[in-house]
Amino acid sequence: MSEYNFAYLDEQTKRMIRRAILKGLAVPGYQVPFASREMPMPYGWGTGGVQVSAATLTPEDTLKVIDQGADDTTNAISIRRFFQKTADVEVTERTTEASVIQTRHRIPETELKEGQILVYQVPIPEPLRFLEPSEVETRKMHALEEYGLMHVKLYEDISIHGAIATSYAYPVKVEGRYLMDPSPIPKFDNPKMEMAAIQLFGAGREQRIYALPPYTRVVSLDFEDHPFDPGRADHACELCGAENSYLDEVIVNDRGERMFVCSDTDFCESRLNGNGEGGA
Amino acid sequence: MTLPLLDVLGIAKKYGGRTGCSDVSFALWPGEVMGVVGESGSGKSTLLNCLSGNLVPDTGEVLFNTRCEGMRDTLKMSESERRRLSRTDWAFVHQNPRDGLRMNVSAGGNIGERLMGVGERHYGNIRRQAMDWLGRVEIPENRVDDRPATFSGGMRQRLQIARNLVTGPRLIFMDEPTGGLDASVQARLLDLLRSLVREMELAVVIVTHDLAVARLLADRMMVMKDGCAIESGLTDQVLDDPQHAYTQLLVGSVLQV
Repeated sequence: MSEYNFAYLDEQTKRMIRRAILKGLAVPGYQVPFASREMPMPYGWGTGGVQVSAATLTPEDTLKVIDQGADDTTNAISIRRFFQKTADVEVTERTTEASVIQTRHRIPETELKEGQILVYQVPIPEPLRFLEPSEVETRKMHALEEYGLMHVKLYEDISIHGAIATSYAYPVKVEGRYLMDPSPIPKFDNPKMEMAAIQLFGAGREQRIYALPPYTRVVSLDFEDHPFDPGRADHACELCGAENSYLDEVIVNDRGERMFVCSDTDFCESRLNGNGEGGA
Repeated sequence: MTLPLLDVLGIAKKYGGRTGCSDVSFALWPGEVMGVVGESGSGKSTLLNCLSGNLVPDTGEVLFNTRCEGMRDTLKMSESERRRLSRTDWAFVHQNPRDGLRMNVSAGGNIGERLMGVGERHYGNIRRQAMDWLGRVEIPENRVDDRPATFSGGMRQRLQIARNLVTGPRLIFMDEPTGGLDASVQARLLDLLRSLVREMELAVVIVTHDLAVARLLADRMMVMKDGCAIESGLTDQVLDDPQHAYTQLLVGSVLQV
């Protein structure tokens, strides 16, 4: 323990990150630049999320880390161990028991409560990036609230696929002002973003932090005649039978047989263990 | 007499010690086409960019007769106002359609962008208007979902025009719109432009080094040399009875077939 400062980063760095987080919370959806540090893991593994978590954690916190909804995948385990080693905080797989949850690509099925913090790992924070390559121009577009271009992307989807085919990282508008990339969560999770918990987004390589205070209005973009549809695989979970959760399609043997299971492992296990709806 | 649509007063722009254009003034009335001709490097494009807000001139005023607030100096507008103006009442047609189009977005998306930029959120309406405009610029409607990369040069230029005109602007800036096109395609494009200008009563500032294009499209003409406007007047008057020595040289150097 003594080899590391609490939660790996030095206090000055955490202070700098906290200032960025506070600014982000004050201007919901606005991308705050911050001096991202090198972390002992590769870019794309959640260096942004890890820095935000490190600046957020206190010794009394209980941490949960999920990757695609699961607690037991490589990314989740390595980040969880990282904070066990460097911060010596309690860890848990139970959504309800965690005070800080770092996530990659999912929002837990169990509804989050006030007092909890959800930290997202973000690869590309700029929703307009693939439409407008210039950062100077996209910043100007945010400043002047010129978001027509995002609808061009959705228009293209409909003209090519007959429906809005964007199924993850589905763009949202925050409090009627900033266009925001919700990180690559499935669009199924978009409606959950109006929640009681604080949501923080960290992009390490791109050096941006943004945030949503509790109960912030988050609207998924759409057309009047092609309204937003969260979408869901037309199955029930084959382990716990849930009909309202986001499902993974898993190939189970060499004959190519498939099954649909909850992507949120804690949610699924809690239901299997008879702890009732939502793993309370 | 009615107020002009665009009133340009003493525009000057220097690039360090070199002159881009100096002390250019003119007025443009609704439905009028103004040709700006001159050799390469004479300051035509600098002038056009200063007028359209792409460049900030060192001195001068660009007064535009806005729909709501009458004459406003566009150089003193906030950036947000100026950009809104350039998406609604103004249009800019680039010489190279690559500069004015999104090459990785379908023709329909290109036309629809301005509509979505001003708040249209009904896919069916956007699509209908895109189809309508493709028809008006003589592009087959079944190309609506193709990317401009698959279009010929002439089609791209016509698509760029459709994309610009969809919001019903009142003033268009054109920078050599027929440059780089072969003779027959050029003739068709000029024909199309002429009918659109008449039909929609557009005011146009068209920069060209091609006197034939100016003769066909422009009501009035301004000749530029070394950043200064050296002669201006009705197109036929300037071309048939040039006064300034340089204009005489310019008119005299046109090749005859």
